[in-house]
Amino acid sequence: MKPAPFNYAKPSSVDEAIALLGGDATLLAGGQSLVATLNMRLSAPDLLVDINGIGELSGISVDGGTVRIGALTRHRELERSEVIAAQAPLIAEAVPLIAHPAIRNRGTIGGSIAFADPAAELPACLLALDGAVEIAGSGGRRKVSAGEFFRGLYDTALEEGELITAIEVPVAAGNQRFAVEEVARRHGDYGMAGVMASVTVNGAAVEAARLVYLAAGGTPMLAEGAGAALAGNAIDEASIGAAQSALQDDLDPFDDMNSTAATKLHLARVMTERALKRIAGA
Amino acid sequence: MADSPVVTVHDRPNSYIGRSVPRPNVQRLLHGRGTFTDDIKLPRMVHAAYLRSPFAHADIKSINADAAKAAPGVAGVFTGKEIAELCEPYVGVLTHLEGMRSPPQYPMAIDRARWQGEPVVAVVAETRAQAEDAVELVEVDWAELPAACDMSAALDADAPVIHEEYGNNLCWERIVDEGDVDAAFDQAAVVVEDEFTFGRHTGVTLEPRSIISSWDPSEEQLTVYMSTQGPHMLQAIFAKHFGLEEHRVRVICKDVGGAFGIKVHTYGDEIATAALTMLLKRPVKFIPDRMESFTADIHARHHTIKARMAVAGDGKILAIDFDDLTGIGPYSMYPRSSGIEINQVLNLTGGPYTIENYRARGRVVFQNKPLMCQYRAVGHPIATAMQEALVDHAAQALGMDVVEIRARNLIPDDAYPTKSVTGMLFDKLSHHAAKDKLLGMVDYAGLRADQETARESGIYRGIGFACMIEVTSPSPMFYGVGGAPISAQDGVTLRLDAKGNLIVASGVTEQGQGAEAVLSQVAATAVGVTPDKIKIITGDTEITPYGGGTWASRGTGIAGEAAAQAGHALRDQILEVAGIMLQSEPRKLDIRDNAVVDTDTGNERISLAEVGRVVYYRADTLPKDYQSELIATRHHVPKKFPFAFTNGIHCSHVEVDVDTGMVKLLNYWVVEDCGTVINPLLVEEQVRGGVIQGIGGALYEECLYSDEGQLLNGNLADYLVPMAAEMPDIEVGHVTSPNSDSELGAKGAGEGGTGGAPAAILNAVNDALLPLGARLTVNPMTPERVLRALGKTE
Amino acid sequence: MPDSIDIPPVVVTATVNGERVSRAVEPRMNLVDFLREELELTGSHIGCEHGVCGACTVRVDGTIVRGCLMLAVQADGAQVLTIEGLSESGEIADLQENFKTRNAAQCGFCTPGMLMTAAELLAENPGAGRTEIREHISGNFCRCTGYQAIVDAIEETGKNRGEK
Repeated sequence: MKPAPFNYAKPSSVDEAIALLGGDATLLAGGQSLVATLNMRLSAPDLLVDINGIGELSGISVDGGTVRIGALTRHRELERSEVIAAQAPLIAEAVPLIAHPAIRNRGTIGGSIAFADPAAELPACLLALDGAVEIAGSGGRRKVSAGEFFRGLYDTALEEGELITAIEVPVAAGNQRFAVEEVARRHGDYGMAGVMASVTVNGAAVEAARLVYLAAGGTPMLAEGAGAALAGNAIDEASIGAAQSALQDDLDPFDDMNSTAATKLHLARVMTERALKRIAGA
Repeated sequence: MADSPVVTVHDRPNSYIGRSVPRPNVQRLLHGRGTFTDDIKLPRMVHAAYLRSPFAHADIKSINADAAKAAPGVAGVFTGKEIAELCEPYVGVLTHLEGMRSPPQYPMAIDRARWQGEPVVAVVAETRAQAEDAVELVEVDWAELPAACDMSAALDADAPVIHEEYGNNLCWERIVDEGDVDAAFDQAAVVVEDEFTFGRHTGVTLEPRSIISSWDPSEEQLTVYMSTQGPHMLQAIFAKHFGLEEHRVRVICKDVGGAFGIKVHTYGDEIATAALTMLLKRPVKFIPDRMESFTADIHARHHTIKARMAVAGDGKILAIDFDDLTGIGPYSMYPRSSGIEINQVLNLTGGPYTIENYRARGRVVFQNKPLMCQYRAVGHPIATAMQEALVDHAAQALGMDVVEIRARNLIPDDAYPTKSVTGMLFDKLSHHAAKDKLLGMVDYAGLRADQETARESGIYRGIGFACMIEVTSPSPMFYGVGGAPISAQDGVTLRLDAKGNLIVASGVTEQGQGAEAVLSQVAATAVGVTPDKIKIITGDTEITPYGGGTWASRGTGIAGEAAAQAGHALRDQILEVAGIMLQSEPRKLDIRDNAVVDTDTGNERISLAEVGRVVYYRADTLPKDYQSELIATRHHVPKKFPFAFTNGIHCSHVEVDVDTGMVKLLNYWVVEDCGTVINPLLVEEQVRGGVIQGIGGALYEECLYSDEGQLLNGNLADYLVPMAAEMPDIEVGHVTSPNSDSELGAKGAGEGGTGGAPAAILNAVNDALLPLGARLTVNPMTPERVLRALGKTE
Repeated sequence: MPDSIDIPPVVVTATVNGERVSRAVEPRMNLVDFLREELELTGSHIGCEHGVCGACTVRVDGTIVRGCLMLAVQADGAQVLTIEGLSESGEIADLQENFKTRNAAQCGFCTPGMLMTAAELLAENPGAGRTEIREHISGNFCRCTGYQAIVDAIEETGKNRGEK
């Protein structure tokens, strides 16, 4: 199918973009999800606002303890970035699981976060890293923590007329351990289940664990109970078991075409064990 | 020429038979210079889009197309009724499938739609985008009806009846009962029973079906550019249903982007597109998009089967008894019918083995889903998976090795010709030789040892075998006998041009499988030229010999033989005229590497270019009472056997992650016997591609439907096809039992991979899970289903 | 949905296969339709129009993209390379030859996208092993081959380039 007709604008600054938003306008970043939905006529906006000409939205930098990633940064740039590999290794591990090279060449981190697919890797990474989203609107810029950003199924803290300018995650600390475990039907597919694990250790014991699950609810799901079950304990059969048990209450998966909610919960537990064992072995 | 020594293609010098020659037509495809139907633009061409039924079953109370007709770029909007005025309806039954019924079908729904995706309104506009815009403006007042979607429930007394005149939803039933099945089960040492489910899936040709129709009212000539497997069949169908003489219909088939049986049927949207050009008197292009293809292309394979097998203590199979049910949508597809798939299951199950007692019932039911029909390896994956899973099940019950039980039951290699319990005639098969060859490729003992060791560390690997037979190169007993305009014969014309090049035209078509390469190799060999001297022409009803086209793995077995015979005839013609020129007896001459040579010495006497020059430009130098001919056409149709059966054996090695249910394909081996191999490179990639397609059915592909008959995964993101990362490397071996019905001895090789893979993988997965007490009898084996079999999810 | 006639066309000026072209098109036209319909470069194919099959893969400003997931207007000012240009430049003549000798193309519909994708891998990492090759082309659907011949052809090309 071909898209329904729309108007097109390509602003060169964030302010210009904001001025164009509102009404029935849709923001075009990498377009790797949006253009597919346009082609299927699942969405038919009056106006596409293409932000690919806004230079300030690209680039990766480190500022003190924070890694700042411009919203237009492509997945392939994340994949190849030495900064990301060193300072945000969870993202570096997750990005190759996103689709395929031609998609990663275009897809952007801002687009992925704004789309907020609960089965996508980068939203889950952002939440696992307890990062933040920088948002620009007509009233200026604001920062929203990842925990507050993802509100519900495809529902975020982005208000009408706003756009994401950057993503921020804390620089990985020496006592942090990370692991990504995901099971997908085929390489590059959305995961049936997966966990982005960020574990802060103190010697052999877990000081704090942020386990964030994809495809386990309406948003990326932070498993607070599982984190609590691990905190203060070594990673062993007992603590892994406790974390797995806690997922019953932490997660809220739903049935889809590939698997039932029960299967997703089972798989989330399997991914938990694999991620934690890998971290314990590292 | 009686005085020419008898030569066959097998004893020609400089033979190209059996050589891995690259395909002659592949260069343009590698350079982006192919011509697929969508690449063609005709003057004043417009584009069609179809409004399709959003419901599985609904009455069309009214259609208001006023806004659509007024939309930008729109050239016309037409309903099913308007199309039907130009076109006779069609009925998809074959008379030899006794008792089958299906009502007349129109290209587009009239008054009632019977599946989600049935075309309802055609919109034609300057661009496809504009046509789609206007489709959104058509208002249809629908009254949704209760739908009969679930095929098992479609025969229930309270099921909605799709064709009221029939009283119920039964399309066809066939019963086979041979030997004394009850007595055999009474005598059995073990009886194994399984209930199988095979998911409905579809072909997903990467190039969608594609058509450009162009009507010239001044000459009453319909020209159709089409991505199809059967140009002459479509010519006959367009002519018949539009009331035209066949020579007023020309079907041109340029490059075809995959077909697999999807592009050999009568689709309403294609027939309607031909009607649209007659209405508008402008060329009309219709390319269904991917999402349309999922509900408009044929589906295949959905079967549920209750089956049991009786086995003696020594492993001998005493009897098979099964009951197969399949749902085919609301009509039987025209002209091949939707009964052949189940008919094949009833004919082929147990085919590799000596079995004397056999009972089967097959029921075909109407339902409110897309039509099902023949798709690559028709019926074979079902028959083979059922049979091979039962064999493995029996081996387990007896505590016997899975290879040993097969060895005890496979038809002996010296038993041919012979006949199966269902009446299938086998010319010459090689099950034991193939099995032995496979065991030479697979380190079976090593795999078993590895399996034991791996299990100790919680890794579950499995080995699955599948023995199979494949129907290829059918005679008229397949379709012609049932009244369908489908030719079982095919022809090849060879012409030597004035520069000594060979022009080859054939009724078979190329869709990447290598038909043109095979014709080239056979013709080169039979005549005595090098392949670079050959130009192949296929895919045009106006200039190729009449033939059935490409389906049922018939191109090599049938058109290949025609090429051999035409080659002999042309060679005789060349030697006759060369003999006159050289004042030599033709029998003392031969043609080798583009020149006429002395048979004994091999010394060149005259080049073919010189023969061509003299014949075409200087005939005055030839005797006045002599007329030369440098063109020969020969046809071939299988006569001795209804089908040229082939055989094969597959082995799959898998690892099942018992915590996630994921199946990893470690290795795969196939040995096949397709008779004379013309080009091993092409045969092997046919086998591999076929196996991968079979893997699709085994692990990934299924059209998922809601209870209301709505397709849930009708796009390529949600309908999973096999991609490169998960697929194994596949080792292929050959055994050769030539086809005795032809000089060439070739049979088909296009479908065995697809026919055998689901069985091998099913058995491998079950072998892996055996120590855990889990057993699957469903395709595709999704992680969810594997976990459920393991009791790890609800 | 706005009426298509009320929407002003956008002018797309790009360098396609080394040639500067300019066309006024609807904003909704995607890049692969632009290449096929406006420029009649029909080597790039349309297999799904939702970014999954890879048949429309082309190179834009040096990296491969899905031609169906990028609007033509987004290629304004860009360098676009299609299979036609890639073939004529000779950049992948060795890869094409290996596709031919190994029968790595059957129907040929996926082939241009597959070659585009493989070319990127070979340029970045000619030493890629079979697993890496399979992963790299895992977004390109081929229904005909078993993928193995394609992997063989890419692997062989990489090896030969590495030796040079």
